[in-house]
Parts: sequence; C-alpha cells; structure tokens
Amino acid sequence: MTRSTIELPVTADDYRIARYAAAAIALTVAEAALPSPLPGIKPGLANIIVLVVLTRYGWTDAAWVSLLRVVAGSLVIGQFLAPGFFLALAGALCSLAVLALAQHLPPRVFGPVSASVLAAFAHIGGQIALARIWLVPHDGVFYLLPLFATAALVFGTINGLVAARLLAIPVTAAVTSPATPSSVKAAP
Amino acid sequence: MNERIPDGLRELLAHATAAGHLPWRRLLKPGDWLLLVCAAALVAASYPLLWRGGVADRAIVRRDGQLVTELALNIPRKYAVAGAIGTTVIEVQPGRARVLSDPGPRQYCVQQGWLTRANAVAICAPNHVTLQLAGRSGQNGAYDTLNY
Repeated sequence: MTRSTIELPVTADDYRIARYAAAAIALTVAEAALPSPLPGIKPGLANIIVLVVLTRYGWTDAAWVSLLRVVAGSLVIGQFLAPGFFLALAGALCSLAVLALAQHLPPRVFGPVSASVLAAFAHIGGQIALARIWLVPHDGVFYLLPLFATAALVFGTINGLVAARLLAIPVTAAVTSPATPSSVKAAP
Repeated sequence: MNERIPDGLRELLAHATAAGHLPWRRLLKPGDWLLLVCAAALVAASYPLLWRGGVADRAIVRRDGQLVTELALNIPRKYAVAGAIGTTVIEVQPGRARVLSDPGPRQYCVQQGWLTRANAVAICAPNHVTLQLAGRSGQNGAYDTLNY
C-alpha cells in the first residue's frame, strides 16, 4: 500500500468513536438482512451501542456514533440519499434530541431502559413526521402509528435491557485505553 | 473470522459473555418500570384512538339520494322506508345495520347482510333505497363508499 502523503492528527477520542461506530454499523448491516413485516419496523440494534456510548462517554460521542452509523451504514447497504436514509436520519436526530434531555433524568431512578424507550419513540416520531411531510401527502401514515409505537416499545425495552446489561459490567482496560495506530493499520 | 468483527463489537460481545447470569429484572430501575407502564398504556390507548375511524355510529337511509332518516346504532330497532316498488325494512342493532327485507327481485342488498364499518353501503336499486353507515363526522370524508 502506498504510504499516505497527508497525515491527519487522530486523537484517542477519534479512535474510540470510530470503534464504537464500526460496531454500530456492523449491527445495522446485520439487521438489514432481517425481514421486516412493515417498512420502518426494525429492532434498531445499533441503538444499543449509542446508549452504551451515551452513558460511558456522554452525548457528543453518542451523537457522533449515531450519525456516523446512519451515514456509513446507508453507504454499506446502498441506501445513501435514498428515502430510507433520510427517514433514518430524521429518526436518529430526533432520538438524539430526546437523549440529550433524557440523560439529565436522575440516574438513581431511571436506567438505560428509560432512555432507550424514549429514544425509540422519538425515532418513530421523527420518521413518521418526515414521512408525512415528504413522502405521504395525507394522514394515512398515522393509521400505522399504533403498530410503530408497539414496535418502539418492544424493541426499545429489549435494546435498553441489553445496553443496561452491557453497562452493568465494569469497563475493562481494553475499552478505556486508546487503540494504538499500529493495531488500526493492521486491520484489513 | 474473529478478526473481521470490529473491535468495539468484539468487546461488547466479550462483555455480554462475561455478564453471565445477571438477572434481567435487576437491570430495571423503579423509574424504568413507571415509564414502561405509562408507555404501554399510551400505546394501548393509541389503538382505539387511531383506529376508531372505521367504527360506524349511525345508519343513513336515503331514497332517490334524498335523506330519509338517520338512525343511531346504539338502540336496536326496525325502520320501514317506502320506496319506488314497495317497502324496504332496515334493521338496526348495536354497532351494525342491515336491510331486513326489500321488494327488489334479486335481493342483493338483503344478501349483503350486516354492515359494520363506516361508509359501508347496501344499495337496493330497484326500490331506490340505500343504507349507509357513517362514522364520526368528517373522519371518512375522503371516501364515497367502502365495500368488503
């Protein structure tokens, strides 16, 4: 491989965000292979990563991971700039906005499950709002709202439980220490 | 194989394995339960709220397109309409209505049976009488008729 002539300074934060984003993208791609009963109803497994990052490293990192996931994930599955991409983006932006508020909930009373369920509802809210404004020019989309809300509740709870379980384990050295540049270059 | 999994995901998988048999219940805090119950109640409430449009609450009887009467679908009763060739009898029961008898030769509107959804219609053409169900005002204005 030709050695790059430009060197971009990369911080440990960048590596960490990139690694979590890669995990989120992998889950997005895996999920794209699952059949869906209705367009728009998906487990949203990548949001587990977003929740973990939100709790461990704060909202800014979570926003990076979430938006990188939307952009890169759509590139990988060939949806970039297709309607599905904009719906996912609207959902991600809305759920990030709600998570920005939800992270201020008292942590003694509310855990990741609350954040996950709230974010899931915001996600479908954003998607349905965009679909109504842009794709479906009548109120017929709201007819599907109960189904989407049920899916959001179910998958939001499951994702939140998985995130809570992951967060219940103490952070290992592997997660906190920055990846060395050599290990990153070794990756194919 | 393991090399192809992104680092972050591999760590999470390792964590998930390391978690062992932590009971799921302990991952839910009191506020989570509260929020889940509220969310479930809201979701349950959204079904009747959003899907009520298909529920009929009155029967509209017309002759030659002119309104003859509107019957509320909450009290059972029978209603006779004089038409072009005889008398059509409409029967109403809670939540549904039908044409009980009609002088028309082919009895299409009678055989249609009970109408239950808003905008469903039974047309007794020979007698110039129609029976149509209506939902909450304005909700289904977009459709002229629905047939099942």
